[in-house]
Amino acid sequence: MGIRFILMVNKQGQTRLAQYYEWLTLEERRALEGEIVRKCLARNEQQCSFVEHRNYKIVYRRYASLFFLVGVDNDENELAILEFIHLLVETMDRHFGNVCELDIMFHLEKAHFMLDEMVMNGSVVETSKANILSPIQLMEKAS
Amino acid sequence: MTMHGMRGLSVFISDIRNCQNKEQERLRIDKELGNVRNRFKNEKGLTPYEKKKYVWKMLYIFMLGYDVDFGHMEAVSLISAPKYPEKQVGYIVTSCLLNENHDFLRLAINTVRNDIVGRNETFQCLALTMVGNIGGRDFAESLAPDVQKLLLSSSCRPLVRKKAALCLLRLYRKNPDVVNVDGWADRMAQLLDERDLGVLTSSMSLFVALVSNNHEAYWSCLPKCVKILERLARNQDVPQEYTYYGIPSPWLQVKTMRALQYFPAIEDPNTRRTLFEVLQRILMGTDVVKNVNKNNASHAVLFEALALVMHLDAEKEMMSQCVALLGKFIAVREPNIRYLGLENMTRMLMVTDVQDIIKRHQAQIITSLKDPDVSIRRRALDLLYGMCDVTNAKDIVEELLQYLSSADFTMREELSLKAAILAEKFAPDLSWYVDVILQLIDKAGDFISDDIWFRVVQFVTNNDDLQPYAAAKVKEYIDKPAVHETMVKVSAYILGEYSHLLARRPGCSPIEIFSILHEKLPTVSTTTIPILLSAYAKILMHTQPPDQELQSQIWAIFNKYESCIDAEIQQRAVEYLALCQKGASLMDILAEMPKFPERKSSLIKRAEYSEADTAEQSAIKLRAQQQTSNALVVTDQHPANGETSPVPVGQLSLVKVPRMITTENDTSTDQALSQQNGALSKVDPQPPSADLLSDILGPLAIEGPPDATVQYEHNAVSGLEGGSEAVDGSAIVAVEEQTNAVQPIGNIAERFHALCLKDSGVLYEDPYIQIGIKAEWRGHNGRLVLFLGNKNTAPLVSVQAIILPPAHLKMELSLVPDAIPPRAQVKWVKINRKLFCFIR
Repeated sequence: MGIRFILMVNKQGQTRLAQYYEWLTLEERRALEGEIVRKCLARNEQQCSFVEHRNYKIVYRRYASLFFLVGVDNDENELAILEFIHLLVETMDRHFGNVCELDIMFHLEKAHFMLDEMVMNGSVVETSKANILSPIQLMEKAS
Repeated sequence: MTMHGMRGLSVFISDIRNCQNKEQERLRIDKELGNVRNRFKNEKGLTPYEKKKYVWKMLYIFMLGYDVDFGHMEAVSLISAPKYPEKQVGYIVTSCLLNENHDFLRLAINTVRNDIVGRNETFQCLALTMVGNIGGRDFAESLAPDVQKLLLSSSCRPLVRKKAALCLLRLYRKNPDVVNVDGWADRMAQLLDERDLGVLTSSMSLFVALVSNNHEAYWSCLPKCVKILERLARNQDVPQEYTYYGIPSPWLQVKTMRALQYFPAIEDPNTRRTLFEVLQRILMGTDVVKNVNKNNASHAVLFEALALVMHLDAEKEMMSQCVALLGKFIAVREPNIRYLGLENMTRMLMVTDVQDIIKRHQAQIITSLKDPDVSIRRRALDLLYGMCDVTNAKDIVEELLQYLSSADFTMREELSLKAAILAEKFAPDLSWYVDVILQLIDKAGDFISDDIWFRVVQFVTNNDDLQPYAAAKVKEYIDKPAVHETMVKVSAYILGEYSHLLARRPGCSPIEIFSILHEKLPTVSTTTIPILLSAYAKILMHTQPPDQELQSQIWAIFNKYESCIDAEIQQRAVEYLALCQKGASLMDILAEMPKFPERKSSLIKRAEYSEADTAEQSAIKLRAQQQTSNALVVTDQHPANGETSPVPVGQLSLVKVPRMITTENDTSTDQALSQQNGALSKVDPQPPSADLLSDILGPLAIEGPPDATVQYEHNAVSGLEGGSEAVDGSAIVAVEEQTNAVQPIGNIAERFHALCLKDSGVLYEDPYIQIGIKAEWRGHNGRLVLFLGNKNTAPLVSVQAIILPPAHLKMELSLVPDAIPPRAQVKWVKINRKLFCFIR
């Protein structure tokens, strides 16, 4: 499956974006998000970006106040996912211009759409920022 | 599509943001939910725009963690909206809120299908995305052909085709029949010729999934993969937008290398040479640069290349380059690289035997065990566990023990379990093993499961020389003021059985032993008290003629517990008291415990957890199943991830399924052992030390064909060749295309002998399959049923069984089923008749 879920959670534990590629009930999600965020918050800069949780791994990266958490299978290439997170952030940055947490909150639709262009069913679809953003830009022009 | 128009939504979000605490937030949300619920009920007034707004609110609330149990209908109905903005919302929210099991989703299949086959590209994309994310079996059945068509049609733009590829992948996972493998090999090859890197990226994911299940069909695609890799590695013809910090699409490179890992070997020398050149360039040319992202990306490619090299396992030189690189990595400051270095080293163990080279880094690895980062510590533990063998076991176990005192609680259980397993497997002598286990219990008593101390008791019971040593050691521990309960249990048992061996030593007279044990009684729970009572009875039994003082004390205790509320304790007290009063005949009744039968350590099972539910088998696991190395095998990196089978592959022997000859004449058994036609090959039993991975169902073997239960898997069972080869003890025969390194468990010859006298039992067992026999004989007819039990959780396929008929018997065979489902048994019937009765 590759990627199991992608989360953007802030330091207070509020979820700003959640995309799950395997179905979990609401309680499971809440529990999961809480646990993971706590684990990641407890880590510092000198520690690696990979956390082992249950029978999979979390690759995470912190950008200002927002944590980007990606849950992956154990045999996934961790550094590739780490850089994928960065690609995601760069893409959002290009679109929103200096993206921040508020942008994601108030433009959840666009964020979801962008993510859908990049990842589908747990696999990476597209890695070119131009190709990812062009449908979105077209839509904005049309509406 | 912009949200600027949806003021209501923005206001709502701002409100939530301004809430001071959880309570306020919940109030605001409940209010909004009520509002939305009302609006949805009055369907008539809802414009698509409003529906859109409310559906987004629902999603937002859901994302924050509040349950939204209505409105799914509305979200799904938006999918059929004619205009793009509403349709888009419908699709996105549906994929977030629903999953394949929701009934509502089925209602949308038709609409979705219309969108997919329709002309509107954007609609197609929306539909494909949603199906790709949450489509289920019914979607698979109705939509697969359409999606396939889109994927392969050249008139479709890359935008649509890349989504179609992944959508098809999803449908394939839901229902593998939709991708007809025969047809697909060519189509896949065609897809891999694609220039557009976006489509290539998703096609590669599809390819990886198809190949992981069946690489046979896709050989033609292998050279194409290599070509793609070459193109990327040399940065030929890669558009700027796919270059990430100067590295051409690292993700596609990684994926391609992953795909290559599913092919066992590369036949064509040209392809192989190209691939090796590329890999060599990656291995040598990846430098550490300042830019973090570029660094990470290039190292991502490097690590995948390492994995591929390990898999190909072709040239010694490259392998040692890899290990050298890894050795460098595990000492680097950057924690990510250290982590990956350790992880990849662990993987290396399983693939080839570079153990000696890895051992050079032992000191560094031990340092990593104490790293401040828990992820790194975990990796180090796994690596140490994997690289342990007889030469370094003592050191490693002692390090682990030392570390145990300072380890954090989450790791202690795993740590103690692994230390116990290693101690058992590689103990230079048993007294050391006993020491280690007692130390473990002393340091981390809470995390020691009962299995561990049961095991040590088993060993002590089975080894007479060990008994006084164990008794003395245990007494040392229990002399201490504060002792963990498990230690009390172990001590009670051992001292009860064997303290009489120490009787002559100072401080070890029965009454002293008794009082030491009895001191601990108030501190233990009701599970330990029965053990203590048994111990007292045994101590008493061993002091014949009885010491009056001791006897009266013990009788008093039994008396006291006769009225204990706990049934077990009460029963024991009553019975022991009655028995003790019988005097000298007590010796016979409470004789020393007999030796335990050989049993497999259940600890090893405990070191495995539930399996990972990955959609495709990882290349690593597949590799592990094919491994033939002599290294100690650890098939997965950490216990939470599936089957570990630390199988010490000592001798690789071919084992044939033995043929059962009529049991009328016992002399034939010897013949069977040396006969050439498909006869039983004498398999070297492993050194009969107690640390054998012996038959888990050992005790059951006596009963008969066991019900198949837990165990391990392999692909090609019953490695039989058309058996004309004379078998010698270490022949390795390739079965199908895999080398079958199957280590049988237990002594086959013994079993065979036993089965000559009994009608049923286990005939053969190895970590992968268990074969039991049940025989019925009547007159000249015999009927043999062989039960083939799959010990694992994946099915055994391509099962073949060949029996070469002896001249004096006529055989009728039923068909062996082609596949054995996981953890199940199949029957296979063979009927023998003596030839001279053929006239019948």
